[in-house]
Formats: sequence, structure tokens, C-alpha cells
Amino acid sequence: LIEEVRVDPKEAVVPFADLAPARVARVEVPLRAAGDAELARISADGLLALDLAEMRAIRDQFAKEGRDPTDVELETLAQTWSEHCKHKTLTSAVELSGDGAPRKYANLLRDTIFAATKQLARDWCLSVFRDNAGVVAFDDDYAVTFKVETHNHPSALEPYGGAGTGVGGVIRDTLGTGLGAKPILSTDVFCVGPQELREEQLPKGTLPPRRILQGVVAGVRDYGNRMGIPTANGAVFVHPDYRTNPLVFCGSVGFIPRDRIAKAARKDDRVFVLGGRTGRDGIHGATFSSLSLDAASATVASGAVQIGNAIEEKKLLDAVLDARDHDCFSAVTDCGAGGLSSAVGEMAEQLGAEVELSRVPLKYQGLTPGEIWISEAQERMVVAVRPEKVETLKELCRVHQVEATDLGRFTGDGRLRLTYAGQVVGDLDVRFLHDGLPKRTRPARVAAVARVSQGRLEDVDCAKALLALLASPDVTSKEEIVRQYDHEVLAGSAVKPMVGPGGFGPSDGCVVAPRLGSTRGIVVGCGLSPTTGAIDPHAMALLAVDEAVRNVVALGGRFDRVALLDNFAWPSVDDEATLGSIARCAEGCRDAALAYGAPFISGKDSLHNQTKTADGVVRIPPTLLVSALTLIDDVTRAVTMDAKEAGGLLVLVGTTRDELGGARLLQHLGRAGGPDRGIVPQVDLNSARAVHEAVARALASGAVRACHDLCEGGLAVALAEMCLAGGLGATLDVASVPRTAGLDGDAIVLFSESAPRYLLETTWDGVERVEKALAGVPHAVVATLIGQPQLVATGLRPGPLLNLRLADLTRAFRTGLGI
Amino acid sequence: MAQPRALVVRSAGTNCDAETAFVFESCGARATILPALPFLERPQLLADYQILAIPGGFSYGDDILAGKVFGLELAHRAGPEVVKLVERGGVAIGICNGFQVLVQMGLLPGLAAPFGAPEVTLTDNDVNRYQDRWVHLRVVTDRCVFLEKGERLFVPMAHGEGKLVPRDEAMRKRLFADERVALRYVAPDGSDDPPFPWNPNGAVDSVAGLIDRTGRILGLMPHPERHQFPWQHPTWTRDGLADVPDGRKLFLRAVRAVS
Repeated sequence: LIEEVRVDPKEAVVPFADLAPARVARVEVPLRAAGDAELARISADGLLALDLAEMRAIRDQFAKEGRDPTDVELETLAQTWSEHCKHKTLTSAVELSGDGAPRKYANLLRDTIFAATKQLARDWCLSVFRDNAGVVAFDDDYAVTFKVETHNHPSALEPYGGAGTGVGGVIRDTLGTGLGAKPILSTDVFCVGPQELREEQLPKGTLPPRRILQGVVAGVRDYGNRMGIPTANGAVFVHPDYRTNPLVFCGSVGFIPRDRIAKAARKDDRVFVLGGRTGRDGIHGATFSSLSLDAASATVASGAVQIGNAIEEKKLLDAVLDARDHDCFSAVTDCGAGGLSSAVGEMAEQLGAEVELSRVPLKYQGLTPGEIWISEAQERMVVAVRPEKVETLKELCRVHQVEATDLGRFTGDGRLRLTYAGQVVGDLDVRFLHDGLPKRTRPARVAAVARVSQGRLEDVDCAKALLALLASPDVTSKEEIVRQYDHEVLAGSAVKPMVGPGGFGPSDGCVVAPRLGSTRGIVVGCGLSPTTGAIDPHAMALLAVDEAVRNVVALGGRFDRVALLDNFAWPSVDDEATLGSIARCAEGCRDAALAYGAPFISGKDSLHNQTKTADGVVRIPPTLLVSALTLIDDVTRAVTMDAKEAGGLLVLVGTTRDELGGARLLQHLGRAGGPDRGIVPQVDLNSARAVHEAVARALASGAVRACHDLCEGGLAVALAEMCLAGGLGATLDVASVPRTAGLDGDAIVLFSESAPRYLLETTWDGVERVEKALAGVPHAVVATLIGQPQLVATGLRPGPLLNLRLADLTRAFRTGLGI
Repeated sequence: MAQPRALVVRSAGTNCDAETAFVFESCGARATILPALPFLERPQLLADYQILAIPGGFSYGDDILAGKVFGLELAHRAGPEVVKLVERGGVAIGICNGFQVLVQMGLLPGLAAPFGAPEVTLTDNDVNRYQDRWVHLRVVTDRCVFLEKGERLFVPMAHGEGKLVPRDEAMRKRLFADERVALRYVAPDGSDDPPFPWNPNGAVDSVAGLIDRTGRILGLMPHPERHQFPWQHPTWTRDGLADVPDGRKLFLRAVRAVS
């Protein structure tokens, strides 16, 4: 029904604006006469990913205008209204029931996570949930921006290109924040399938997880290193249900003068596109990401994957920042999902704009106006140039060897008018484009959470379990990945991802001093707990927030300045239970943010992370990534996790409970399923804040020599990591661990993943100061560092519990993922 | 005595320009960062400077070969100006990609003075992937204005193409006979010709840096500008903060030499 656009080869689209453009027929889609079946077919055939209610709304709008939409208009609406751009699920009205009092949210995201940020009203939050990234104050002159994106479906089909353009995309988010922030740090978190799975064990059309991880790491490496931005924080998680649909989270921290945060295009500003040329790559990326994967995705949607060129983006970055400092433009945004349609559409939201599509520089001839408009070709930014600054901008772009093209102007008449060689191919009301999406109210049901202990686990060989956990994918050293990333460029790296004298201790996060000549710094960490999401999404949210907070506090970051980011990665949210799980997760984010006084400043969701296979649908475990950023007043006060000195005392802070639900020990024992799969750790928000504040106080006292947070593998793994990182042994007394009454299983105490908990190293001279700082929160000296390379533990009953050689612990930890 | 001026030239893909300019400034010079295009259009402006720095990065994406395109551009359009800079007592440094550029220009080791075809190359690391790690270096020359013979330096490297390979066996011998080798990778205990990771790329004879005939042009793969602050050291949280970080020493000497 959507007619093919035919271009006369003699008058084909040419990539130079000064040559005569082609004449292309205006294509109209007969929507007004279409019934429901026909509407559904048009949406499916065009990969529009619009549901029936949305198609009807579009039909009714055009019926009012007395004409049919053009193909370009329909595409524009599909991109703008895509799940990827509009977050329809998280912003829909939700009626939640099943656990206590039913409640209704008119807009789930706005009334939970965003409401918490509003309620906290921190004056250092300079721009939240508004721009391409959240913005918080750094010092009197500068602010810090942070955004984390996903690039899952492209990475499933083409890991190298998918991850590379994922990095490129989030860097452009930074560059498109305010009037342009300078990217200073990249983060990456990958969730992949078990590395040993072979192609024949996977559904048709799925790449082996090892190949995906190798490709993704290489993609981040080659793009990030070429951009000259340090990649210094991240994580890798392995779970069988990521085997067909990996998660690739790419984050970018930016640095921006505080007087460059506000932006707004003005009437009569010129619409300029800067950077790379437009090609047929990345057509339908935004809508492709809003559909499930299947065996045909690799062929049907191959054009949806973009092609990256880091140096093109580096030039663009230099040009945009230079132009910013010359006051060339009044607004800037990136060409990401939806390409020009989203970028120009967003900037023209208040004003309207007219754009001549034949002026867009092309990689090669033959693109239709619709393709030019929605192509997600990389390395492009759109700027609203002040008319009197056009020549300055052009000269700056010449110096940086960046192409700059005038496409039209912001009009002020509220219409988004698109022409191709003078012929109108689209003329949309910007109000309908941005506000016309039908609102949905959806019921959601919260599943009951069973809390059944796995029992005392008396038969577990704790020594064997510890060695196995150290070598397990979620815990084992990521050094082979980290060392491939330039994590020190820009000269701000004060605490690196790997610490200790051997350079292989796993730091809880990174500390960066972004302003040359100043020792004021930022601390960045992340938390996620995918193994608990399917059991208890509210608990998962608290665990993720708590881990992210622990990561930055453990390094010496300020607890009172923590800013958070959420990234929801979910399967399709098409039933009440799944919507209930995402709603509970959102409530968890809200609860933790309020309890810690730590606002969320930005977020993103990626739904439809599932794959249709011959054996049914493979759905990823509901996954929440929380990223944390805070300040450190002086990076030379930072604390690292490597054990420092024999004779040092290790203080455990926080209460240990019988909480092994989703924990690594039960996975190792093959007991992660079933009714007695253990109790998912419950962060007690009433007492957790005091723990973080006490630890922050202890670090500020200067008496803490090392600090590590307890997460995967609990106390045993954290202690082993501190020892092997510092090249020291330790003696641990399990009986002295602060724990709930009646908890008497050694394995539970060693491997419980209760939160929040920290291990602090202090000295005989410092212990008094540390204990004073920790007054009022559960803590105890549980271990002593020793020069002998042994990890020795005595259990709750007489006799030795562990006696392991440091070399064996180190070897197990350094097993790596073998990529 | 006038304040020395340092020119930091960046191309598309250069990414260590800001910190390189900063370290020169903090050591007493006045630094200017200039994109390649205006420099290549008017290379005579180098006459106003005493220091030239080509920083690290991926000039033009390192397409063809690391540093090749930028090296050719500089050789053809600014080569004589660089030679003049050195002849009148100026100094030049190429770090990482900048070293690759100087090598591809033929300025280093510069046996066919002043410069001609490349005499060595910097190619893929033996481990065949990019590496970011800290390395120990020993200064083996007493002819370089940036260095002091016998000195040990602990600085980070970060590259994928840093393995130095001479054109042939004769060239390999001449590098030592003509005293062009300035820096060699050593083990933490100071012993020569260490294995990976202490020789991080498999460089022939563990060569990490070269000088020219005059000792006023230095090129090296590791990044001294990434050890200009004491808190950049990977174990400062256990070993304390140094008064003068190793990397900073190079820049202090260079600025003093042209003051």
C-alpha cells in the first residue's frame, strides 16, 4: 500500500547541495479509509511498531485535516511515538494491585522516580529528566552530566558495530546536553549468556555469547579509545536468559560550564546538520528496538544497525565544543534514534521548522526523502544557529574538517514542514506530533514473593565454594577487558578500575578529577542484581541502588551528593504481571531515592528484550542498572579496596542475614531455582542510610586505609578480593560477624549477600576513630591482616573453617572470561 | 628571559592535547593548542615557539598505519620549519601517536638527517590488542634534553600499535651505535629485556623511545603527561604522593632547556 518511490536515475539524489536536487513524487498513504485490520497491516508492513489505538489516533487527526498522511509524516510519527523515544510503557497510567492497597499512577515514571527527585528538591540538581542527560553541580564554574543508554538489539545482531555505535550514541547525548558538554568518562555494563554455549545449543539466528562479548568489548574499545574518552567503570553479568538478547549499557559523563546548561532554539535560527553524511544505515532503529527479536531479525532488520566512525565523531565533538565557546548556536541535540526526524522534531517542539531534505549531504545517491529523514546514520548533530553566527560556525567547522549544512529554519508557526526539492512531503502540527499519543491506562498485578530459606547448608565445602565463586563469571577479574580500554586519557584518573600493587584488584568504582589543576573529583559506580529481578523486583531495585551507593561511598565519595540513573531493561511488557514487576521496580527506585536522599537525575528504558524461537519465547530476566555519581572534595583523600598492611584490622559494617536468594552460592550449588531458592536480600531502608553515613564518616576521619563493599559472594569473596589485591593474608573469625539472632550456618555467614555491608581496614591507632564514626550502626572487628599468604577462617564451631593459600585465591580470581 | 612558548598541534583524532598543554604550562611555558589545518596552512608560525609537541591520540583514525597520514602532512608542509626549530635551540616531543607521527615523518631516529623515509616503524602489539598499563623505563642516553641518563621512570602506556621494529638488522645496530635509543622498557627490578607485560608490546630490544641526532627531539610510546600529578600513580593510596611525579620531570627539563 505504501508505494515505492521511484527516482529517475538521471535525476538521482546527489550528495552535493549545490547540484540540482531530484524530483521525487509525494507519496500519500490512504489512511482515512482504512479499517482496523488495514491499520494493523500498514503498521506491520512499514515496521512502524504503532499499535491500533495509535494508528486510529493518526487516522482521526488526518481525517480532521481533510487529507491522507504522506509516507514521511507517518514515519515521523512512528519514530517520535516509538517506545524507544516516548517510553510509552513507563509513562502510561498504571493501576497496581495484588500486594496491599491498590494504587493508581497517572504516569508511572513521573509519579514514582521523578516525583522522588522533585520531593528531594536538591539545589545541586541543575537539570533533571529534561535534557539528553541529567546535570548536577560540580563547583562554582562547572557542572557534571551523566547519561546511560542501551544498545541491545543492534549488539545482538552485530556486536562490534552495535556496541561501538552504542558508545558513539551516548557520547552524542553528552554533546547534546545543554549547549554541549565535553565527554570525560565512559562506563559500560554487559549482560551476556554463558560463555561456553556453542552455536548448535542456541536458537537459529543467535550468535554465540562468547562471540557477542568479544565483539562488544572490541566495539567499545575501538570507538571509546579513538574518541579519547576514558572507559573506567563497568561490569559483566552472565545469565542463561541473556543468551539470545544481550544487554549492552553504555554510559557517558560530561563536563560543562554552568552558564551553558540552558538552551532553546529561537525563531529564525537556522537548522544546521553537522558531521557525518546520511546513508541508508540505521533505518528503523528506533522502531526495531521496540519489537522482539526473532530468527529473521538478522536479515529483515540488518539495515537498522548503524555504521560507526569514531574519528568522524571526534571531529564533530571538537567542532561543537569550539562553536559552543564562540556562542554560535542557541540549541543543540544529537541525531540518535529516529535520526533527523527526532532531532529536528524535538528542537522544533515549541516553534515549528521548515527543512529542505534534498540539502542533506548523502553518503551515496538513491535515498528517498523518508529515508533521509529517519536514517540513523551516525556522527551527526543538529544545531540551531543564530543567523549572525552562520559564517563563524562554517569557519570553525572548516578548521575542524567537519561538514556543516544549512537545512532550513525554525519558523515559529508550529508546523514541521518538510520539503524535497521544493515539494512539500510533510506538514505536521508539532503539537499533535508531541502530544497526540493516546494515553493508556493499564492494570498491573504484583506477584506474591515467597521468602523461604534454603536451610542451613551444613554440607557445603566453603573452601571449594570460595574458589569456585572467585572464578565464576560475575566475580572473576575483568582485567582482560579493562586493560583494552584507555582508562587514563584526559589525565584525570585518580582511582583506576584495577588497583593494588599487582594491578589486578577490582576497584568498587573510579575516581576522576575532570578539571586540570584541581583535585576536586567525581566518583562513579554502578549496581545491578539481575538474579533477583524475576523473584522480587522491588528488592532488586533496592539492591541495585544500594550497591551503586556503596561503590561510590567505599571510594571516599560524598554520601550527601549522590545522584542516580536508572536503566530498565525488560522483556515485552504485554501482560499484567510483567507490568506489575516493572511498576514494583519503579516503586523500589523511588523508595530508595527518598530513603537515601539521592535523587535520580536521568533514566532510560529498553523493553522488548526477548526472542521468539522455535521452542518458545526467551525472555531476559528483568534487569535494573543503577549508576551512581557523586563528588569527592579532594581526590587525594580517596580510599582503595586493596589491603594495605599486615597487622591491619578489618571492620565489618552492617548486619548479615540469612539472605541467599539470587546469591552466587546457590547458583554454584545448582540450587537457584525451586521453592527453597533462598530469601532475596531485603535492604532495610530504615537503617541502611545510617550505615552509609557512618562509613562515609569513618572514611572522612582519615583512619580507614582500605574499604570494599560486599556484593556478589558476600563476605568471603570481599575479604579474598581485598587480600589478593593487596598481596596479604588474613585471619577471619566468623563468630564475630554482626548477624541476626539465631543465624548459625558458616556458609550462610560467609556467602550471604545481605546489604548494605562494607569491610574497612584500619590500624590499631585508627580503630578508635573508626569505631567512633561507626557508633550506632552494627559493626565489629572480624579479621586481621597477616603477612603470611594464607586466608584462614575459624567457624562458629571449634576447628578451622578455611585455610587457603593466597596464590590459589589469586589464580581463581584471575581466571577471567577468556575472551 | 622570556617565557618559553609551546605549540601543541592536534589533528582529527588527537586526544591528549589538553593535558599535554597543561603540563607544559604548569612547568612554566605558555602553551597554545592549534588544529592541524591552520598550522599546515602557515607552518612559519612555529618561529614564535621554542617547543613543539605532537600529542597522543589516533590522528586521522590511524588509517593506513598509525601516524602515517599526519606524519606525511607534517613532513611535506611543515618539515623544514621543525628542522629550523631544532637548529635554533628549540625542542620537540612526540608522545604515543605523536611518536608514531615523528617516526613516519622520518624525523626519528633521523639517521638520514635531517629527515627522509621512515627508518623504523611502530606496529601492532605482540598481544595483538590495545593495552593500557603502567611500565618501567630506563633512560639509556645522556644526550637528550628531556632525560637524565640512568634515570628510572614509571609511567603508563596506552596503545595498540607500539611495537618498535627497525627496518632491518643494520638499522637495528645503528640505533644503538648512533645513540638514538633513549628509553627502554625494564622489569620492576630494573633488569633488561623483560617479557610481557613489562615490555607491553614486544618492541625489539625493548625500545620505548628514540631521539634524533641532536637529542632535542624525543619520541616515546608511554605517556609521561599521564604522570604529571602524584595521584595519577596507580598505587598512591598505599605508597603515598610523590613530590615530583616521574612524568613531570621530562617537561620541567625541556622548559628549563629552552628558557
